Amino acid sequence: MKRLASRLVRVGLYLVLIAPLLIFIAYAFSTRWFFPQPFPTEWTTITFQRALHDSRTFSSVTQGLWIALLVSIFSLIIGFPAARVLGLREFRGRQLAWLLLFLPTVIPPLAIGMGLNILFLRIGLAGSIFGVALAHLVPTLPYTVFTLSSAFARFDENYEYQALALGASPIRTFFTVTLRLMMPSLTVAALFAFLISWSQYLLTLLIGGGRIITLPILLFSAASGGNPATIATLSLLFIAPPILVIALTARQLNQHGNLIKNQF
Amino acid sequence: MRDKFVYSPWIALAPAMIILMVLLGASLFYAIAESVGYISTIGQAEVSLEAYRNVLTQNNEFWISLAFSLWISVAATAISSVIALVLAIWLSRHNSHADTLALNWNLAFPHLVWSVALLLFLAQSGLFARWAASLGWIDMPSQFPVLVRDRYGIGIILSYIGKEVPFLTIIILAVLRSQAVGYDVVAENLGASRWQRLRYVTIPQVMPALIAGDLLVFGFIFSSYEVPALLGVGYPRALPALALRFFLDPDLRARSEGMVMSLIITVIVVVVALVSLKIGERQQ
Repeated sequence: MKRLASRLVRVGLYLVLIAPLLIFIAYAFSTRWFFPQPFPTEWTTITFQRALHDSRTFSSVTQGLWIALLVSIFSLIIGFPAARVLGLREFRGRQLAWLLLFLPTVIPPLAIGMGLNILFLRIGLAGSIFGVALAHLVPTLPYTVFTLSSAFARFDENYEYQALALGASPIRTFFTVTLRLMMPSLTVAALFAFLISWSQYLLTLLIGGGRIITLPILLFSAASGGNPATIATLSLLFIAPPILVIALTARQLNQHGNLIKNQF
Repeated sequence: MRDKFVYSPWIALAPAMIILMVLLGASLFYAIAESVGYISTIGQAEVSLEAYRNVLTQNNEFWISLAFSLWISVAATAISSVIALVLAIWLSRHNSHADTLALNWNLAFPHLVWSVALLLFLAQSGLFARWAASLGWIDMPSQFPVLVRDRYGIGIILSYIGKEVPFLTIIILAVLRSQAVGYDVVAENLGASRWQRLRYVTIPQVMPALIAGDLLVFGFIFSSYEVPALLGVGYPRALPALALRFFLDPDLRARSEGMVMSLIITVIVVVVALVSLKIGERQQ
């Protein structure tokens, strides 16, 4: 009896979690699904294909990808040295540094976007891919530093000393030892920076000023009064990268979990 | 050799800190400047608190929106934590990889997408209305109850519950799984009933983490724009939606008032987040 109840809870939970994906698929791949019919009657890929070939959809996807790519590269390069000292060093003002990194994660994008909107208009960064990417650094950079610094906290510097002692140049040491050891965390950090940027709505809207149209912006305006098939198709495009990322990092999480278990 | 690595940590921190502080500082500076009427684009350089006075005393919609936002945030946070608590305690009895994976899966759906899904499910011509119609409960779409884009914020609250329950469940599960099972067993051996163990052992264990998580969730809901803009109605509007409408108004005085509202939201959210941080620290 108890087993049954707990199984039911689990099934219910899984259903709720999978439901959005199912309804998007139902609407995106069906046609002439009129009101009282409980399920789609005619399946087709025409709506989906048409949306894919729509030039606005295409350009929103490419713009979003470019911005997210720029943001993850910037976040890694800028966040790496900061994460290293935060993960490996004790120094005066460390708490202050943490607090300063924590602030951007709680200050609402609304306030940041409205303030930066004025600044970027003045210095000519509004409406440009670079400007939007720069604004996206505010939410992504802290998370990159958090992820990398917790990896550095487990990092053993002796590997680097050893490589240097054996005569490797600092640059070679950096590329063959440090980067190699940090690669899993760098990948996770980059993917999450990518995701945060990819799903950003308000900052893109306020900085892009109608010239940078990414998928969330297109989806939002479609959802405010478009037809369900378009909305569902855009949603599927929007969640494809996140689902991929979660699937990729989940395996890694499992690997780490197994490593921890093996130690006991 | 070691000397190579000893340098001031602030040099390494500088790039990240400078970028963040410049962007945050500049946005805060312009927000405050604009809120006190210093609008350089039209050459007005006079500082006045008129926008603050207008928002706080003249503008009734501000107070209604503030109350509406508080209602949404408190209701969604409270309901989410109760469900998450029950769910986490339930799931913690069986240690399953699949559960963690399923809860993390929810991260793949941004709030915007989750709200869109809710719209497709709950709208008057949505999936549930279709099901109700084919079961013969209703005849026309308009007979289906208004659950999204409703005056009470039901759709908004439901949307946040869907997103925040998995988030809070992960937090609570992490605490439950990191604790030794021992406490529970000791309490049982000492004759504590199931309810007593829950009340005096399990819940106190997870409370600090849950409260810290709740405050973050509250701050997030209180300040976010997309969900209430998509699932809400024109009146009453959530405070962030009202602030943005004022900010985008062609009338420059309305812009200042939008800035005032956004600053008020920011102050509330930052205070709540700092409290959450303190609670989280004490726990460690």
